[in-house]
Amino acid sequence: MTVDIDKTAGGPSGTPPTPPEAIKAIPVRHYGRYVSAVVAIALLAAVVYAFSQGKINWGAIPDYFFDDRVLTGMGKTLLITVLAMLIGIVGGILLAVMRLSKNPVTSSIAWFYIWFFRGTPVLVQLVVWFNLGLVFEYINLGPFYRDEWSDFMTPFLTALLGLGLNEAAYMAEICRAGLLAVDEGQTEAAHALGMSHSKTLRRIVVPQAMRVIVPPTGNEVINMLKTTSLVSVVQYAELFRVAQDIGQTSGAPAEMLFLAAAWYLLLTSVFSVGQYYLERHYARGSSRSLPPTPLQKIRANLFSLSNRSSTTGGAA
Amino acid sequence: MTAMVKAEGVHKSFGAVEVLKGIDLEVKQGEVFCLIGPSGSGKSTFLRCINHLEKINAGRLYVDGELVGYRQKGDKLYELKDSEVAVKRRDIGMVFQRFNLFPHMTAVENVMEAPVQVKGMSRSQARDRARALLERVGLGDKAGNYPSQLSGGQQQRVAIARALAMDPKLMLFDEPTSALDPELVGDVLDVMRDLAESGMTMVVVTHEMGFAREVGDSLVFMDNGVVVESGNPRDVLTDPQHDRTKAFLSKVL
Repeated sequence: MTVDIDKTAGGPSGTPPTPPEAIKAIPVRHYGRYVSAVVAIALLAAVVYAFSQGKINWGAIPDYFFDDRVLTGMGKTLLITVLAMLIGIVGGILLAVMRLSKNPVTSSIAWFYIWFFRGTPVLVQLVVWFNLGLVFEYINLGPFYRDEWSDFMTPFLTALLGLGLNEAAYMAEICRAGLLAVDEGQTEAAHALGMSHSKTLRRIVVPQAMRVIVPPTGNEVINMLKTTSLVSVVQYAELFRVAQDIGQTSGAPAEMLFLAAAWYLLLTSVFSVGQYYLERHYARGSSRSLPPTPLQKIRANLFSLSNRSSTTGGAA
Repeated sequence: MTAMVKAEGVHKSFGAVEVLKGIDLEVKQGEVFCLIGPSGSGKSTFLRCINHLEKINAGRLYVDGELVGYRQKGDKLYELKDSEVAVKRRDIGMVFQRFNLFPHMTAVENVMEAPVQVKGMSRSQARDRARALLERVGLGDKAGNYPSQLSGGQQQRVAIARALAMDPKLMLFDEPTSALDPELVGDVLDVMRDLAESGMTMVVVTHEMGFAREVGDSLVFMDNGVVVESGNPRDVLTDPQHDRTKAFLSKVL
């Protein structure tokens, strides 16, 4: 009945009711914000000024930015990053499953591996791999391969194993957390439908665990990209090593460090964008609607702008 | 006619806590068998023993004449391998209190998953069947929705369709309406009523006394790990013989 009353109150002709008068009040002035903004800008300007006045030959950076040696070094940095992460992710999944298994032997071994590789600095591990010739003079895989350790353990392999095996320990903990985050009811439901352990893991648990695993893994990739600079100590000619070498011969050592930093920053920025889209992919079903991509956001903003202008234009 | 489910002195303990203290009961083919009782009485645990989500510690439990979780040779019992248990579970559908739909799949993908992955059905055939099943539970228009986009009642009906997709000969319901808003309970019960009329053997753990009375063929009242009273639901619910049953029913009815 109240509905009827409301209808008649709205006016028979259907003219929209006059909107209530909007509040026009003097907003609170945040003087503290003005002051802190001015101080921050002043400090920033001082730093920029100091660098521009320093004895740094900024012109050397663009000269060498696309130097062949730099590009090759960057390629090697990327190669090591990708391969070491691959070893880390595969090893990490393996270790996480071992750690969660009911077999006490495998879970203890996984625990010990993680304890050891997380507990020692990666720089030390790298150098140890390089010098393992003291323990194993030869590497002998029967009829397939036989060589002296120092020939077998090239800088490339050292870098790969050192970084990859260390990364596996961290990835194991990330994967384990992801697997544990999936509700037990999911496993039960899959088992109740007659799915095997491995199918349940692959089809039901892992896809949901990925939502938890992907963001920290993205961090690990970015970390790995930067950590590759450590392998310069085992004579592997990646970006940082190349920058140092060019710096020594060209007489612009500091400038080349800035150049390396710029490249690292560029690469990590690209990875961050990739991470965003990957996270979005694995968010399927977890929220009612997916967050828009940056492109969609821009498009939506443009549309709402044009809509607003057209409606205001109509009103005026 | 063999019983669909037969329990003989079933015991189950979690550590030192004995949850089931010797359950004897029989579920006939095609009947709707209701389990009621206060929380902690062991009714859900018993249900989970039927498809071997829980291992029993003593007694014997048979589904369709076959021992659950074990193989008997002479007087020795051999534990079944996980893969053998999985094969037996294909014939037993289960619906959970918390739905447990797969959140990363749409409704129709949830229903398709087991036929494709377990039975090896082709995707197109499984999709057609899944759509028909969703139609049957009244959700034909929600096939493309993710579980998070469905209400609790809708999710539970998808879960029922998912269980039916495996053509089970027995359906287990573990308090299927307990997590639902009161106004959504009716839709789920309607689907269950239709299922009962189609002749499905159902074991239902429930607090819906109305459903038990209307649809149930047998009813068991459990308390503290034992069967206190059993019989025709209309008799037990209107004229309970045991004091404990009377006390429980006076609180819930």
